[in-house]
Amino acid sequence: MSSPVDLSEQIPVPSPERRSFLGFLLASIGGLVSAALAVPLVRFAAFPLRTQTEDASWSDVGKVEEFNGLAEPAARAIDVTRIEGWRSSVVQNGVYVVPQGNGQLKVLSSVCPHLGCGVRWIGKKDEFICPCHGGTFTSTGVRVSGPPLRAMDELESKVENGVLKVRFQYFRQLVATKEPQS
Amino acid sequence: MPDTKVRQVDGSKAVSACMEWLDDRTGIRSLMHEALHEPIPGGARWAYIFGSGLLYLFLSQVVTGVFLALYYVPSSDHAHVTVSYISKVVSSGLFLRSIHAYGATAIVILLFLHISQTLLYGSYKGKRELLWLSGCFLLALMLGMAFTGYLLPWDEKAYFASAVGTNILSEVPIIGGTLQKLLRGGPQMGTLTLSRFFVLHVFVLPGLLMAFITAHLFLFRKAGAAGPFTEDPVQPVLPTQRFYPRQVVMDMVASLLIVVALGLVAYFIPFHLGPEANTSDTTYIPRPDWYYLPIFQWLKVVSGKWSLFGGIVLPGVLAVLFAAIPFLDRGRERRPWRRPVVVAGFAIFVACYAGLGALSYHDDTRDPLVAAQLARQKKAEIDYMRQPFQPLSEPSPAAHVSAAAPAALDPLATKGAAIFAGGPCGGCHGDKGEGSEVAPKLVGVGQKYSAGSLAYLLHHRTQGMIQGGMPPVDLNQADTDALVAYLRSLK
Repeated sequence: MSSPVDLSEQIPVPSPERRSFLGFLLASIGGLVSAALAVPLVRFAAFPLRTQTEDASWSDVGKVEEFNGLAEPAARAIDVTRIEGWRSSVVQNGVYVVPQGNGQLKVLSSVCPHLGCGVRWIGKKDEFICPCHGGTFTSTGVRVSGPPLRAMDELESKVENGVLKVRFQYFRQLVATKEPQS
Repeated sequence: MPDTKVRQVDGSKAVSACMEWLDDRTGIRSLMHEALHEPIPGGARWAYIFGSGLLYLFLSQVVTGVFLALYYVPSSDHAHVTVSYISKVVSSGLFLRSIHAYGATAIVILLFLHISQTLLYGSYKGKRELLWLSGCFLLALMLGMAFTGYLLPWDEKAYFASAVGTNILSEVPIIGGTLQKLLRGGPQMGTLTLSRFFVLHVFVLPGLLMAFITAHLFLFRKAGAAGPFTEDPVQPVLPTQRFYPRQVVMDMVASLLIVVALGLVAYFIPFHLGPEANTSDTTYIPRPDWYYLPIFQWLKVVSGKWSLFGGIVLPGVLAVLFAAIPFLDRGRERRPWRRPVVVAGFAIFVACYAGLGALSYHDDTRDPLVAAQLARQKKAEIDYMRQPFQPLSEPSPAAHVSAAAPAALDPLATKGAAIFAGGPCGGCHGDKGEGSEVAPKLVGVGQKYSAGSLAYLLHHRTQGMIQGGMPPVDLNQADTDALVAYLRSLK
């Protein structure tokens, strides 16, 4: 739309220099306000980074007498209560109850320390074999061959009132030492 | 120091070289020029800030809405717990949700101011019919956003207000029932209703809003700013001033004020989430958001044989009249005192709308029963907000199996369990008789009362039970015995 008269004749319009300063000032104020508004948004979106992973809970594996006289590793599914955000759910995880020869039991995670596939116990070969990349472990979980950098991960376990309990945890993959995943 | 001066010059040269490079490829300078150098007849004014204020608020709603969707789940069994999680657990969650909820109110207020300014200034005149019509669509879309967004938290007020709101649709002749079923995804409110409202609120309406905002802005630029009401709508004669800098500064100040006001309200009076919607609750009195209260009151006035006229015909006629204003009021006269019909018509409408709202408020405070119930509902919201967050516990598949086959129940108690689950009992006393805020637990009631006295109590409520909201039980002898057997089995 063309204008008949330019108002600048009546209302003084700032010189180009003052205009560019004003532009700079407005852009800065706008930038500052936007940055301040972004703070709650970033806090909101990054909330999962700041929540502590709570201590793993104890799960029942089974009665100790079930495992008396166990000659080879036995697979068990355990119920683990997990809280993810707004829901608490029970997920099943696979573990192996392993006789140590001296009458003691230990519990191994079935998660391969290489890339996290489920390791299988192959009784015929007397070995744990990971189906994904062929890592192999002895019947007590010691690494024999293949890409894994460490032995199978032993889980914290205890016997309470004749029940074998385990604290299920995930550990960092692809490293030679067993470090809990944070 | 000469050294820094040289560097400064180099720096600004580099910036302008960058601009040059960008401009050659995008034409950004002429775009900026086009956007900022728009001539405003009569110069910048505070009266013109409402449109850009609305644009700012819309952007704020889009951004906060996208972030809220990070944690929200649109399903009737998860919506409430996820909004509760946002409000009680996630950092800045309550603040962002409050900004979003109050933002809807702010939009309604600014829409009113924007429309009032346009009507008073006669800015719809002079080949601006399509500009006005696109604005009418934007108004309808924004009101639709407010209506659909209200249900999403799935708390008591959301559920019952939307149930009433969707009932209005059934007044439409012939196709009303079908329309209502289509919007609800079934004859009753449920999880499909929530999905539909979510899709409208998050995909359909925002998409349409963006399209119509673009059209509105384009048509506005095409027609040009209308200027003050002394200006001629077709051939402006007043001296002009460019949009930048004065109007830009005024618009920015307005947006800043909106940000500060919204932020303060959201921080100091956070928006409450009430207890989860309990569909069997017969005592809840629904009330819509304040800007819909007059419509709610109007529907109370025109109930009965006038409901078709009052609920559908009159609002429809008013809406068409409103949309047709630039077609009906065609003169070049823009001064409000020379256009008494439009200005007085609008003023009368606003006065009636406000009056109905005041009447609704008055009705609610005058009736002691309603006032007490509304106070109870408000208190329930405050109490709910004070409770710590309870994660939703989802049973494992194994637990499901055992729950489906209750081992110890005899056949009579099993039948009673079905009556309990099928009736409204669990709504207040809990699905397994574990009790809730509104009703006592029934677990252990079998140790306190004999079967005979339980059966008597079911049919002869004590004063305390009636005051607590226990409805009368209408069961025959066999069903009563079964229910009593189930109640006595609760341990």
